[in-house]
Parts: sequence; structure tokens; C-alpha cells
Amino acid sequence: MKIGVVTFPGSLDDRDAARAVRAVGAEAVSLWHGDADLRGVDAVVLPGGFSYGDYLRCGAIARFAPVMDALVPAAQGGLPVIGICNGFQVLCESHLLPGALIRNDHRKFNCVDQRLVVENNQTAWTSGFEPGQEITIVLKNGEGGFVADETTLDRLEGEGRVVFRYAGDNPNGSYRAIAGVTNERGNIVGLMPHPEHCIEEGYGPSTDGLTFFTSVLKAMASA
Amino acid sequence: MGHVVIDVMLKPEILDPQGQAVNGALPRLGFDQFTDVRQGKRFLLTVDGAVTDEHLASARDAAEKLLSNPVIEDVVSVRELRDEDAEQ
Repeated sequence: MKIGVVTFPGSLDDRDAARAVRAVGAEAVSLWHGDADLRGVDAVVLPGGFSYGDYLRCGAIARFAPVMDALVPAAQGGLPVIGICNGFQVLCESHLLPGALIRNDHRKFNCVDQRLVVENNQTAWTSGFEPGQEITIVLKNGEGGFVADETTLDRLEGEGRVVFRYAGDNPNGSYRAIAGVTNERGNIVGLMPHPEHCIEEGYGPSTDGLTFFTSVLKAMASA
Repeated sequence: MGHVVIDVMLKPEILDPQGQAVNGALPRLGFDQFTDVRQGKRFLLTVDGAVTDEHLASARDAAEKLLSNPVIEDVVSVRELRDEDAEQ
């Protein structure tokens, strides 16, 4: 099983994402922003960071990188893709996921161990969780406020496409405390918190992040 | 050399934390008559020669595709920058 990790100029968490891929026994394949080539991978991680310095809008310029020319149709065709933090912003800017991420309502950078409720365990990246399960993974960003119009929010909730919701206090003003969403098919997931940082005892608040990667292995095996 | 000006604003229903920060700072400087602030973006595109309808059409396209995100922002105007604007 090969899982690609894209590196954009300004990506920060691509190494950790590749490490998480290897931790579950898959092969991590580096994908370069300038190559419109997915190198035959079975799934893709868009990692966190500050692609293109967050200029214009977070993820807005990365969306038009050559690698996205290959990734967008593949994702629309069912390839499992997860966008973490900046990767989530890229997926929203690409319109692969609805909504957008804006500056935290309190205008400060967040860096916390964040509790989340898993509301949808039917996606390629969350099948190893129980519905309603509470997990704790790290959240670290300045622009993590999920926003969309009321119709879109109602539709996401009605269709069960809110994958994660913040538990406890809303850390960034996300509408309806939404931390992560999926597309209609459930192969594309985006979230602001970072599962790839939470895969090993002693480094982070839990190993809950591992389940994201074991889940996608299972999804790939059954595809 | 001609210039096209594009103004982009967050949609009214989208929270504007930067505008709120400015709104909080104004009264501290004695500007207490303003009840709200929304912050937007201005892009200035330069072309060779005079601005043509084609330039404006292309600028509108760029504004929709890259310079704004239609999920959260509105392109409020795309127009040629005239001399009287430049003096501002």
C-alpha cells in the first residue's frame, strides 16, 4: 500500500505525515507540488504548514499547483485523500470540500490538545473509530475557523458529513463547532487538528491519530 | 500603462476577526463614531497600454478564479483605475 504525501513550498508536517504512514506499515511516497504525477499511490495526505506563506488566502495558491491537476480528478474519482490543517484549507479552496477556513475568532494562534467527537465513522479515514467516540489530538493553527453559509451547514449536518466536532469549548469560532468534514462519497476528509502528530506514546496527548491511517489501509484493501 | 482595480470583501455573513480588531482599536484613538469595521482586499493589476474591455473581462475572470474565494468573499468591483483615482 502506497500513501503519497504532498510537499508544497511552506509545508511543515509532511515528514510527520510520512512517518505516520510508515508507522502503520504502509509505504510513504513523497509527492512534489511541481509534478502533476501521483506516482501510482493508493491514497494521498495533504499535510499541514503554510503553503506559499498563506499569501492571498490559506491554500489559495497551492490549489493551482501542478500536483493538484492530477489530484483533483483522482479525488473526485474516489481516491482517499485527507487534508490536515493547511491541507484542509487546500481542499476547501479546491472545492473538493465545502466551506472555508478563516482566522480564529479570538485572533490568536492556537496550540492545544484538542478533544474531538467522531460523528461519522463511514469515511475512508475514520472507519476504525466508533460513532460518537471522543478522541484527543493536537490542534495548532491561526486560521482554523470553519465557515460556510447556513444552507451548506444544514446540508452537511443533514447528510452526516460533519466528521469531527470540537468537544468542550469551541477553540476557534468554527461555525457549529465543526472540526472536520467529508465529501458525499466519504473518500475525502479534511480537518484542522493533526492526527499525524499523535501516533506514538510520549509524543502528544494520545495515539488516536494512528486510527486515521489504519482506517485508510482497510479502505484501500477493500477497494 | 493602465491599471485595473479589483476590490474583494468578505460576505456579510462571514465573521471578520481582522475587522473586529480594527473596530476595537478605533475608539481607543478617539474615533468613536464608527459602529462597525469590515476589512477587504484591493488588487491592482497592471497592463501594457490602455485598459481594454478584454483586460477587464480577463480581470473579472481572475477575480472569480483566484483573487477571491466565492464561498466566503464577494468581488465588489472590477474597474479601470483612472487618473482621478491615482491622485487619492
